[in-house]
Amino acid sequence: MADLRINLAGIESPNPFWLASAPPTNSGYQVMRAFEAGWGGAVWKTLGEPIINVTSRFAALHYNGQRVAGFNNIELITDRPLDVNLKEIYETKKRFPNHTIIASLMVEPSQKKWHEIVKQVEAVGVDGLELNFGCPHGMAERGMGSAVGQQPDLVRQQTEWVKEVAQTPVIVKLTPNITDIRYTARAAAQGGADAVSMINTINSLMGVDLDSWNTIPHVDGKGAHGGYCGPAVKPIALNMVAECARDPLIGIPISGIGGISTWKDAVEYLLVGATGVQVCTAAMHHGFRIVEDMIDGLNHYLDAKGISSVRDIVGKTVERYSDWGHLNLNYKIVARIDNDTCISCNKCHIACEDTSHQCIERVPDETGKVRLIVREEDCVGCNLCSIVCPVEDCIEMVEIRTGEPPLTWNERQAALTKPDSKTG
Amino acid sequence: MQDRKTTFIPVESLLTHFMEVVPPLRKKDAMDESNRCLYCYDAPCITACPTGINIPQFIKRMAQENMKGAATTIMDANPVGASCARVCPTEQLCEGACVLNDASKPIMIGMLQRYATDWAIENNEVLFKPGEYNGKKVAIIGSGPAGLSTARELARKGYKVTIFEAKELAGGLNTYGIVSFRLPQSIALWEVDQVRRLGVEIRTSTCIGKDIQPQELMGEYDAVVLAIGMGNVPDLGIEGEELTGVYDAIELIEDTKSKELDDRFIGSRVAVIGAGNTAIDAATCSKRLGAVNVKILYRRTENEMSAYPFEYEFAKQDGIEFRWLVAPKRIIGEGRVQKLECIRMELGEPDASGRQTPVPIPGSEFTLEVDAVVKAIGQTRHLELIEAFGLSHSHGVIQVQQDTFQTSQAKVYAAGDCIFEKGQGEAMVVEAAQQGKLVAQAVDRDLMTDADSEEIAS
Repeated sequence: MADLRINLAGIESPNPFWLASAPPTNSGYQVMRAFEAGWGGAVWKTLGEPIINVTSRFAALHYNGQRVAGFNNIELITDRPLDVNLKEIYETKKRFPNHTIIASLMVEPSQKKWHEIVKQVEAVGVDGLELNFGCPHGMAERGMGSAVGQQPDLVRQQTEWVKEVAQTPVIVKLTPNITDIRYTARAAAQGGADAVSMINTINSLMGVDLDSWNTIPHVDGKGAHGGYCGPAVKPIALNMVAECARDPLIGIPISGIGGISTWKDAVEYLLVGATGVQVCTAAMHHGFRIVEDMIDGLNHYLDAKGISSVRDIVGKTVERYSDWGHLNLNYKIVARIDNDTCISCNKCHIACEDTSHQCIERVPDETGKVRLIVREEDCVGCNLCSIVCPVEDCIEMVEIRTGEPPLTWNERQAALTKPDSKTG
Repeated sequence: MQDRKTTFIPVESLLTHFMEVVPPLRKKDAMDESNRCLYCYDAPCITACPTGINIPQFIKRMAQENMKGAATTIMDANPVGASCARVCPTEQLCEGACVLNDASKPIMIGMLQRYATDWAIENNEVLFKPGEYNGKKVAIIGSGPAGLSTARELARKGYKVTIFEAKELAGGLNTYGIVSFRLPQSIALWEVDQVRRLGVEIRTSTCIGKDIQPQELMGEYDAVVLAIGMGNVPDLGIEGEELTGVYDAIELIEDTKSKELDDRFIGSRVAVIGAGNTAIDAATCSKRLGAVNVKILYRRTENEMSAYPFEYEFAKQDGIEFRWLVAPKRIIGEGRVQKLECIRMELGEPDASGRQTPVPIPGSEFTLEVDAVVKAIGQTRHLELIEAFGLSHSHGVIQVQQDTFQTSQAKVYAAGDCIFEKGQGEAMVVEAAQQGKLVAQAVDRDLMTDADSEEIAS
């Protein structure tokens, strides 16, 4: 068994799986159950001035019969008094001293308020702080949450206020509802943050009821945008983590969040540069027990790769992620269809014919069976056919040696503008 | 005998034996299964369906909870699509062609088709509209799958269509000839109603040749389509066939669909002669009517029988016994059936169709104690009617031109089982439905060409 312990900016945890600050971490009862199930850490449901919630609160996107491809909520931060939460954090930490408890915080944009709450939560023994600059609904209208996370200046300033008094590591949780998340991540780093976590939820409207024409969800006939999460947001979040991980101006550890449902998702986050991950929707869909399968899968993966510590895979893909201008223009792959495993659904043909480069032909063989053949000279290696093919490994994208040396767009443009290239 | 009957189940409880056996898909089943469909391009299931139902399309519509759209796709291609969802040999047709056979397991197309058409039935949907009247009238004789299909298509094209049906209810084979526990009568009658709602007049209890003469029809209508199906079971040609307790399988099944169920088979031992789908239906029917023992006797073997594999399987589940290479020789009894003398057979030389001819083994006679004998050795043809129309036929099979379905009489067309010749495809409901569509196209082509030339002439 591999060593699953992580250390995120000085915060130690028995494994990389934390519950994100959300409904699953609302109370001591829940967090204790989560630790019993195996979660390495929990970011407590955001503490602040208690709020009033509405009903209903959640909605989900179901896709082709699969439940919860995406999830959104309009729930606010904790609606329980601060002293109750603090008491339960204290009790939970006492019972589970080796598990990680992070206090998520959100207060009005005032130095005094931040100082007060930081001191209060650190007094009950939390392992770290997470500043909620991400919540996109409700709290943002009051100048908190993503209203802060959308302005680098505010991120830096409020991080600084926290750092003035904080004794434990400070993680800044960022909103994805912004043009380029690197700017707010850099601001957090400049403000002294020890780590960033991303992403919080994405502004969303889950749907509209086709009969009542009410929004989904609605509160007494009216709706408001919620925060979107779950498996469908993973590619968006993964990109943001990867972009921040390779940005030298940020340079602090990342806690990855967004649609992590399986050990595979977690490994991907670690590879693109997250030190640990936070999970919410998967737990809300299946209960705390799913962490057992995440731990088990991660263990087997590391063992199979001969890797002794999960820390050794963090960031292994970072150097392979770049800008388009650095991609090799002379690399060529084409589709090859294995007619032995092909079941003749013709999905590759019609996808290519209608929407790509018209290079998959249906050719009857001597027995009359129609075979699908790729005209390789016209194939642009777009992958579409292999994406729509329902049979695993039936369509392989194979490399064709072009004989040309690697050449990126940037290199090509640089060569063209060199003075001596014109004169020859 | 009376004692034995009272020992067994009361006749009222037989009703439950005739309820549809296969339960419908539940909503989640239907949604999961419809989402599993790959939505193939140029899908082989469409080609495998004799009526060419756009199967991926109707399944996609189901997955999108567009049940009316799904039902319309099905019924547009197949006017008896609700019945076919239940009686088609799907593993030989659409499901057999499903590409997922090579990757996991085929989509349950028949069950999905049933779900979508059940929805239309439950919601009292009328799926099609009649075309604008084009001034032409067509008579159709017979309201089975072929007749209904022809009528539906012609009505949509604007013809005034009248169906003449000898029986009290329309629907033919689907209404009377397929056991209720596989195809409830209400399904067939819904399909009849869909056709009726297009303005098609269905004159039931009207027998052509008796109530109305063929010449009258030919005089009054621009075209006449014969969709008269087949008749009853022919005689076995053995001694004792006149005894009480000898039944015609077609009549036996019809009785269970048109009369109150009776106690005639309760506690009895039944021998069914033949091994086609009707024989299986008659056997399972007998069992469900309370017979304690039902044997199917067939003069050939399992390999030659014409029953579909799923029918055979169903019969075995119902506890039907099969006796291969056995032929009936004599029915014995005083007034009513008491015994059946049989003889063992062996397979000899192949006949013209390539099937080995069964030959009796001399001296191999044996006797079975039975209370009833059910004949299911094929069906006769409506020879009298065919001849009254003056149509060329071969042993009662109406001869038609392959593409036009035109008989030897110019204005007279034929489709369905009445043109079905042994060895040429299968006498399936779905095949009859397709022929109905084709004959409607042929009639339309011919009458509209005539109309065009008349216009030009005037």
